[in-house]
Amino acid sequence: MKILIVAETDGGRVSEKTLPAIAFAQQQSPNNFAILAIGENLQCIETLTGYGAQAVLTVSHPALTKPLAERYAPVIAHHAHQLGADAIVATTTTFSRDVLARTAGLLDAPMLSDIIALESANGKLVAKRPIYSANLIGTFEVEGSPVVMTVRGPAWGKPTPTSAESPVQSAEAPPDIPQRAEWLGLQGGSGGRPDLTQARVVVSGGRPLKDPETFEKYIGGLADALGGAVGATRAAVDSGIAPNELQVGQTGKTVAPELYIAVAVSGSVQHLAGMKDSKVIVAINTDPEAPIFQVADYGLVADLYQVLPELTELVKNSRA
Amino acid sequence: MKILVSVKRVPDPYAKITPSATGADINRDGLQMAVNPFDEIALEEAIRLKEAGKASEVVAVSIGGAESQEQLRTALAMGADRAILVQTDALLDAPSVAKILAAVYQREQPQLVLMGKQAIDMDENQVGQMLAAQLHLPQATFASKITLENGSAIVERETDNGIETIKTPLPAVITADLRLNEPRYVALTGIVRARSKPLETLTPADLGVQVQTRMRLVKVEAPPARKAGKRVSDVHELVRLLREEARVI
Repeated sequence: MKILIVAETDGGRVSEKTLPAIAFAQQQSPNNFAILAIGENLQCIETLTGYGAQAVLTVSHPALTKPLAERYAPVIAHHAHQLGADAIVATTTTFSRDVLARTAGLLDAPMLSDIIALESANGKLVAKRPIYSANLIGTFEVEGSPVVMTVRGPAWGKPTPTSAESPVQSAEAPPDIPQRAEWLGLQGGSGGRPDLTQARVVVSGGRPLKDPETFEKYIGGLADALGGAVGATRAAVDSGIAPNELQVGQTGKTVAPELYIAVAVSGSVQHLAGMKDSKVIVAINTDPEAPIFQVADYGLVADLYQVLPELTELVKNSRA
Repeated sequence: MKILVSVKRVPDPYAKITPSATGADINRDGLQMAVNPFDEIALEEAIRLKEAGKASEVVAVSIGGAESQEQLRTALAMGADRAILVQTDALLDAPSVAKILAAVYQREQPQLVLMGKQAIDMDENQVGQMLAAQLHLPQATFASKITLENGSAIVERETDNGIETIKTPLPAVITADLRLNEPRYVALTGIVRARSKPLETLTPADLGVQVQTRMRLVKVEAPPARKAGKRVSDVHELVRLLREEARVI
């Protein structure tokens, strides 16, 4: 199987979010994969070169400075065709959901979203992926080539470094890239904290955090003491306590850090779908019956306002 | 202008979903069905655009068995002007659904297609993007705000990096995210009025579409359960265990 990995970029810089897709390719087709990175004058190409890809192709063009699906999809389709790729793969993110599904539409290719396992049997690909808000796992058979796939980051982990460097080759953009949709701006950002989907530690808060200042003080404070990222429940986001991009869960982000601390999070099915693959889960909640305790490795029944300041201090001291 | 909104029949989002005895599907005995919540948001947005005088007609389309008429009646009760059911009992994959919707688009020639970003059964998040690609239309996925002006849409999109704003000329395909709006409750008068609104039934063949399904769901199972761990008595014990037992801090 020849795999073309589509690197996640914001048009200017390659993101480490690409790494699980590279880990997927190493497992599925270690000697036959290439990586395509699209943007203009892309930074951090070296993020991609140390994992055994046959080539890292870069497409640079003034129309590609921002990741608009209408512009990126034809570039991917063009190179997938040129390379004769059997699979076009990226890590599941909003970038890949937007761009790769359009690529599948251009290629009239079937697409597997957010897969957690893949094997071949009798000439068919057989993939597992979460369905019904991650309440169930579905096994899908798919025929045809190419097949477009997004792979669930936590299921594939990080790639293994190789000694040889992949060659970086600049590749052409196809002619006539459509330029109807225009990029106007981006609000948000992690404020210097690690990216939520990449962080080793995530501290999440729920609606009992009252307001944005309280949320930032308690949840942000503990996250900073641990060098971690901040997450939130849908209820916290919906009530305006935390920004949208911090939402963890089926309609938000999927995370699987080494340590996930859920503070005043009840543990709805939708929230659990986004974090239950975390290595160690800690729950702090006043309600001893909260469902979050059913998945937590360590549970503390307590009022967050009483215990979080002390916990934050202890963590600071233990790391000092 | 005309807005086309697609509406999928899915299990009620609050229903408990379990694998069937054979494990080839979910258990459908007594399962309540509903309009896909993301499609409901798309529909609400279309109706609000009509109420604001920005749109003249809202057409709801569904693809599925005869029972999908129920969801189209709900769409009509919410405020859609008419409905189209593309009736088929075939199990369709996303490219097939996009092909049928593309044929409906060609027939209806709307200026805007609105739909949910994903359906809450298969959670694929593909059809809107595939439809836009097939029709060579611009797309704006995961919309949390839509403003129409001078033949364009300014769309705020929920991305992993924050709220991105893009501008696209119409016609275009826009997919709705959770925070675009809160759909209205259907009033009794709407239900009564919906009975007299037109609901047309077509087949894929009527639209000249031959569907070929290349992806099949063959097995459904519960995910591995995670077992509950231990309760700790205070933060000192917690920090000690995280350091000495779990070794994560």
